[in-house]
Amino acid sequence: MSRIRSAQSDSRGLPARLSWRDVADEALAGLVQRPGRSVMTMLGTILGIGTFVTVLGFTATTQGQISTQFSILSATQVSVTGGPFPADASGLARRIDGVVSGGVFWSVSQNHPGLQIAAQPNPGAGGTIAGTGLDLTAADPSALTAMGAQVTDGRLYDGFAQDRAEPVAVLGALAARRLGITQLSGSPAVFVSGIPYTVIGIASDFTRAPGELLSVIIPSSTALARYGLPENSAPSMLITTRLGAAQVVARQIAVALNPSDPGLFQVSVPADPTVLQGRVNSSLNRLIFLLAGMSLVIGTIGIVNTTMVAVIERTAEIGLRRALGARPRQIAAQFLVESLAIGAMGGLIGTAAAVIAVLVAAILRHQTAVIPAWTVLTAPLAGSFLGMVAGIYPAARASRIEPVAALR
Amino acid sequence: MTGQPATPVIDFDGVGMIYPGPPPVPALRRCTIKVYPGEFLAIQGKSGSGKSTFLNIAGLLDRPTAGVYRFDGVDTSGLGEAARTALRGSSIGFVFQAFHLMPYRAACENVELALMYNGTPRAQRRERATQALSRVGLGHRLLALPTTMSGGERQRVAIARALAIVPRLLLCDEPTGNLDTGTAAEVLDIISELHAGGQTVVVITHDKSIAARAGRVLTLTDGRLADRSG
Repeated sequence: MSRIRSAQSDSRGLPARLSWRDVADEALAGLVQRPGRSVMTMLGTILGIGTFVTVLGFTATTQGQISTQFSILSATQVSVTGGPFPADASGLARRIDGVVSGGVFWSVSQNHPGLQIAAQPNPGAGGTIAGTGLDLTAADPSALTAMGAQVTDGRLYDGFAQDRAEPVAVLGALAARRLGITQLSGSPAVFVSGIPYTVIGIASDFTRAPGELLSVIIPSSTALARYGLPENSAPSMLITTRLGAAQVVARQIAVALNPSDPGLFQVSVPADPTVLQGRVNSSLNRLIFLLAGMSLVIGTIGIVNTTMVAVIERTAEIGLRRALGARPRQIAAQFLVESLAIGAMGGLIGTAAAVIAVLVAAILRHQTAVIPAWTVLTAPLAGSFLGMVAGIYPAARASRIEPVAALR
Repeated sequence: MTGQPATPVIDFDGVGMIYPGPPPVPALRRCTIKVYPGEFLAIQGKSGSGKSTFLNIAGLLDRPTAGVYRFDGVDTSGLGEAARTALRGSSIGFVFQAFHLMPYRAACENVELALMYNGTPRAQRRERATQALSRVGLGHRLLALPTTMSGGERQRVAIARALAIVPRLLLCDEPTGNLDTGTAAEVLDIISELHAGGQTVVVITHDKSIAARAGRVLTLTDGRLADRSG
């Protein structure tokens, strides 16, 4: 009778190995025993990981908005400098698939600094207003379109005026206000060093060339006839393209303008939005990252402390387990997995809370929430790692507890 | 029964324990004793007489500073810590005065803990824990938490935990110390039944009523072991 032996008790050499499931069960049971304390222990990790993911989410969301704004412009705009430009530059450009509009323009004022701009708002009534600080710009009709000129009053000049080198002008809204020209009914005129130009239109905005709001713009053929070729400031060409065609057009335009010597032109496309995104990283973000990092450190120390207290509190339990045949390393594994689980849970909860925060903020600001996938995947792992690191010292202490001391 | 087998479960050969000072304290003076399978031995003594030291050495929780201890024929002085832990986990069932149950675990889970550490496959643990609890009359309280149990019931869970591994030696340290007279008798009845079934039992106690049930009583005085019952 007394010789009945369990199948296991002949394992006199080495203690039983615990399966990972056993270790995990014991560790989770330890956590569930004190749910309140476990959550409090997780708090530091929740805050730290949560802040990290939130900041990354906010940044990505904001950058997402910037990049949509920039991409519309960058994907549809090409500028060309150098030259000389052929007379029919806009016609040559339009032959490239994807080009919406393109034209040459230059500043006449920079070539002839002495030009005086003035206006007679009411031709019948007399009285002259000087337009100091205004520019005279020469532009072909396609250049006006490419600049995104929006006419509120009158019209833009067209190919007809260009072909005949007519003395007409389009005013930027700010230039018009400075010259006192508020309406076109009386056919007001602008005088450039005494030579009159009939104002046929006022543009409220130039979406791609806002500087032209302070300009008096005349057809390039008229400018060539009156002032000659520009010498000091080279003309440039602005081309608008269909969405996404800018890069392709940029590669072809120089050859189209001068097949025998395309190297005369410098073609530029506005900076890629991804380059701009890198600059958005403000110092505020760095500060928040620093705070999140500190929160993680404090959270980790918190786990160390709480696990340490738990080890001391559970000295009797550890002694009992040792008496029942647990090896020191099995005790260590249990406490290590406990703190790892706390870190993992903290990381998960923090990540979830951060995702919700980013979503809510984006919805309130009518933005599209952007959360980098890698943060959501790595944040819980980072939490687990911190939890495990935090558990090393308490686990080592727990494994050194002698069964005799524990059971007293 | 089958008569005394040749191999004693406990075989102390000049075993002594001196706790290093300063000053050094001789807790157990060299003693030689054999406990054979099926015996029911009680060790009596006042507090400070060396009872706990005896229990710790006999239970492989501590190493003696002198002499040789053979457990079930194995010279334990030659065993490393891992082997001692394995031997303890598979061959010795402990019953403590303070029960040492895990308060948040059901009775059967407390019993299963011992089975986990002695390597019993997961699938068999619940069944063997149930059997052990039934043997101490707690087959109906498998899922009860220790906090909802009486002292007597708790000690019976602890006995079931010790029994579940089918130990070579049941080592009890003041098993009735925290119990009133009535429940103490119940617990002693169970221990007596186990002994009657062939279980080797060593009880360390200052309780005279336990000594009365034991087949053999030894007394510890100032670390010296004296045979009283013969």
